[in-house]
Amino acid sequence: MKFHSVREALAALQRAPGLALLSATSIGLSLFVIGSFAVVTYNVEVALRAIERRVEIVAYLRDDITAAQLEVLQSDVRSFPEVDSALHVSKFEAMRSAMQQLDEFRDVFSDLELNPLPASLEVQLRPEFRNPQSVRRVADLIALYPFVEDVRYGREWVDKIYQLRRLGGAVATILGFAFAVVAIIIIGTTVRMAVLARRDEIAVMRLVGATDGFIRRPFLLEGLITGLVGGLLALLLTYGAYAAIDGTLIDLEWLPPLWTACGTLAGGLLGLLASGLALKRHLMSYA
Amino acid sequence: MIKLVNVYKEYPRSGLALKNVSFHLAKGELAFLTGPSGAGKSTVLRLIHMAESPSDGEVRVSGFSSKRIKRREIPKLRRRVGIIFQDFRLIRDRTAAENLAFALEVTGAKNSEVKGKVQRLLAQVGLAARSGAYPDELSGGEQQRVTIARALIHEPVVLLADEPMGNLDERASRGIFDLVRDINAAGTAVLMATHDLELVRRYSQYRVIELSTGGVVFDSREADEVP
Repeated sequence: MKFHSVREALAALQRAPGLALLSATSIGLSLFVIGSFAVVTYNVEVALRAIERRVEIVAYLRDDITAAQLEVLQSDVRSFPEVDSALHVSKFEAMRSAMQQLDEFRDVFSDLELNPLPASLEVQLRPEFRNPQSVRRVADLIALYPFVEDVRYGREWVDKIYQLRRLGGAVATILGFAFAVVAIIIIGTTVRMAVLARRDEIAVMRLVGATDGFIRRPFLLEGLITGLVGGLLALLLTYGAYAAIDGTLIDLEWLPPLWTACGTLAGGLLGLLASGLALKRHLMSYA
Repeated sequence: MIKLVNVYKEYPRSGLALKNVSFHLAKGELAFLTGPSGAGKSTVLRLIHMAESPSDGEVRVSGFSSKRIKRREIPKLRRRVGIIFQDFRLIRDRTAAENLAFALEVTGAKNSEVKGKVQRLLAQVGLAARSGAYPDELSGGEQQRVTIARALIHEPVVLLADEPMGNLDERASRGIFDLVRDINAAGTAVLMATHDLELVRRYSQYRVIELSTGGVVFDSREADEVP
């Protein structure tokens, strides 16, 4: 009795292995599309984070700024909750850095009588504040100081990065939803066929007083197993695609274990949900 | 034990199947439910088995009322009400013993109980030697005996029989009816729908409830009570 549902679910899968395989493969392919997108989204996320780390605000200072004003500015900026560090780069350091980075202009820089490069304050934000709103807010605040000549932070870049991330998220959500619906329809059809194939047994169960839960359980389990197998198949396919692309076309990072575990479980849950919906519609017709 | 009170049943397409049906079947009683095809006999049995609800009126069965019963309580009721049909309704890919074991397993019986109970019931219906046979290897009479054993599996207080001899020859029919009488003699009430008037006449000591176009037109118990 205790393992009746498991026995019946496995027996049902054995009775129609082709159908079960077709179902699991369909779910696998649907989840594979979602998995592939997850790999793309994750790698875009990784790339964005790397770019984010380089997002900084540079405040160019007027040449006539006094040491006291610089100290006030530095101390104020460091006290902003969004700010991680505020590093002063003097005119001399700016020139040295320019000469190092632009080696081909070394002679031009050496011939200059006056250093044209301004001193600056390089401001790094804390990771949680590296978003367009915070960057803009801090930049605007710094720009209010009269001894600040100009503030640059790559506004277009910051906005584009965030647009890209939002777009990636939206596409993944829409595609994921569409393919989840496909998977639910496929599993639902399989379970409906299983219900029809076992209608005599279900009718007998009802006659002799089996509870609804008892009748449903094997079918739900069947959906869960099919979904989990589909989820594992999707995991294998996604890893196969990742391994084929990684290092040859582009360097990729594999998904974190939590993502893969959630993806596989999502297959099982999809199976369970599809079975539940199919049973709700079809099992009730057997009074 | 079974009481129908002013029961009406109407179907959206075919219209009124039962109109103002009332009768009471006492504990341990055996009654024939007769009438021509379409009179409403099967509908009465389905209402008692709570496969359907009355459109109006009330069906009371062994402490359950059609007015108050919840869906999750119906399985409990069905363990007190056995039912057999003309078309047997056995699972074809399971042996006689497996058909009975299935009925026990799906209602939560312990594994240790199943085998003994199945053998006892098969012996009770005279099929101990045929326990390993599949339905298609059994005669009609034998198949009906398996369904009777299945209906008795939870020791019901009443056995509903919907034309149980409809597909059987005379000899098999007699055997089945003798078995039903034995079950009744052991204390189980029986309500048997039949249009076999010869059978009803032969066993005139039992109560007869006659239906015609959805209404009770004759009840031998009430006729007896008339002075």
